[in-house]
Amino acid sequence: MFEGVKGFFPPPYDPKEPVDFSSGKFLKMWQGPQHPGITGNMSLELAIAGDIVYDCKTHVGYLHRGFEKLMERRLWMQNFPLVCRIAVPEPDFNEYCYAQAIEELAGVEVPEKAKWLRNLTLEMIRLASYLMWIGGQAGAFGHGTIIQWSATMRDYVLDLFEELSGGRIYHMYIIPGGVRSDLPEGWTAHALEVMETIEKNLDDIELVMFHNAVFKMRAKGLGVIPKDWIDRYGITGPNARAAGFRRDLRKDQPYLVYDKLDFDYVTAEGSDAYDRALVRLGEMYQAIDLIRQMLARMPSGGEFKTALPNPLHWKIPAGETYVKSECTRGEYGFYVVSDGSDKPRRVVVRGPSYTHAVSVMETLVKGQNIADVAGLMVSLHTYPPEIER
Amino acid sequence: MRTIPADIAERFEVGPLVEKRADLSTLDVDSKDVPELLARLRDRHGYRHLSFATATDLFEEGVFVLTYMLHNHEERHSLGVKCRIGRENATMESCHLLWEQMWTYQREMKELFGIDFPGSPRVDESFVLEGWIDIPPMRREFDTREYSERTFPTRPGRSTKDPATHMKEKLYPEAL
Repeated sequence: MFEGVKGFFPPPYDPKEPVDFSSGKFLKMWQGPQHPGITGNMSLELAIAGDIVYDCKTHVGYLHRGFEKLMERRLWMQNFPLVCRIAVPEPDFNEYCYAQAIEELAGVEVPEKAKWLRNLTLEMIRLASYLMWIGGQAGAFGHGTIIQWSATMRDYVLDLFEELSGGRIYHMYIIPGGVRSDLPEGWTAHALEVMETIEKNLDDIELVMFHNAVFKMRAKGLGVIPKDWIDRYGITGPNARAAGFRRDLRKDQPYLVYDKLDFDYVTAEGSDAYDRALVRLGEMYQAIDLIRQMLARMPSGGEFKTALPNPLHWKIPAGETYVKSECTRGEYGFYVVSDGSDKPRRVVVRGPSYTHAVSVMETLVKGQNIADVAGLMVSLHTYPPEIER
Repeated sequence: MRTIPADIAERFEVGPLVEKRADLSTLDVDSKDVPELLARLRDRHGYRHLSFATATDLFEEGVFVLTYMLHNHEERHSLGVKCRIGRENATMESCHLLWEQMWTYQREMKELFGIDFPGSPRVDESFVLEGWIDIPPMRREFDTREYSERTFPTRPGRSTKDPATHMKEKLYPEAL
């Protein structure tokens, strides 16, 4: 009886086995930077045996533009066209954190109306970003249709941004002292209409994606983040909430007008790719609800910005601060140091992907099937530009 | 008003606790005490979350300021632990055993500021700047413009012309 060629097939996964390429058992494989399963411009250097990943190294730097260095050489206000470009799908969190840091250091008070408008744009971009993510997550598991729907829905949100700020991707709407403009005439009615359309579409996505046997079988149990990793690795956002942690900066340390809105933590217990997707789906519905609440409760009149000194000669008092907000991926913050001059001394961007895409991804992917690497990566929801700033 | 916990004040030479906001303070400490202080803050005072670790170059004073931003989820308070180290042969004790992501920050600081963290995993591997051979670029003396002009010489490029002049030259060369 033929018993097979001994040693032909790779042995079962043994996490303790060292990766030795000279043994002939292992193959080095690059996933990215040009790969549909990679989020943005980064690559994974994988060591595989058969279909199983034994080792992984994350490589970033393909999109390095030196934001933090550039900001040290430009006036405070000149950095606004820069900061929004750090996270393409969610520029507004950068705008908010940078503006808020300057206001704190300079002692500028923001009008109430501006806080509502800022909060509104942050929830709108959260929804747009999640719509982009859900298409990627579905695509990583073979669902080509979802991205067609969600990209269209995202475009509707971008239409709203265009009407509000003139820009679809980069808005530069939030500025120190407030925002650039009030809501245009008829905008609220259009926004409510778009929210209704997206909500109906989300019902379809939920039905098609979350009740699909293939998605369930592949995502359930994939990339389980143990509870004790959350603090050890500095995991935040939906990745932590899917592990049962009730942590959300919007609730824990409310900023802008979050303390005036009714919402709760969206959590799950499984901590796998499926539960992370469920949390994000829940937060998409939540974003729609928050947008509706804000449109209903926002003061109709009032100033939307404060008069500022001449931006070309504006010197910010010496000091330092750390401003953070809850973006779709977790804690997003700006650490800003001023030496009292007209340029920042140091600006540090703290993006959640720094942890999720490097140390978490490198550890979590070990022992996974090569076919699941893309799905796992998207389920951690990472953006490389905030790693390499 | 927050105060420095008694055990921290007893064991370490720390500066005053500077309150930036109700939910944000900073604490200056001697660089040699940083690993032990961070471990104590994490294990005994609830600062279990590391938001980031970074360096600021105070070129004029000849020092780097290292900042470790910690967060206490129960008290909803962030604490920035700061220490100063000399710019010349800058070296700092590695804290990679405290948080799993710390080695990445240390690797980045080695690459961008030239601060060494002996014993930190993969600290000598390039992180963002593969093949970089110049001085660490986040140091204040690194001049981005000078580097750019030196490394990427300006090409002569093509001569550009006003479209009206160009068409005149092309169609009526005898008139010029």
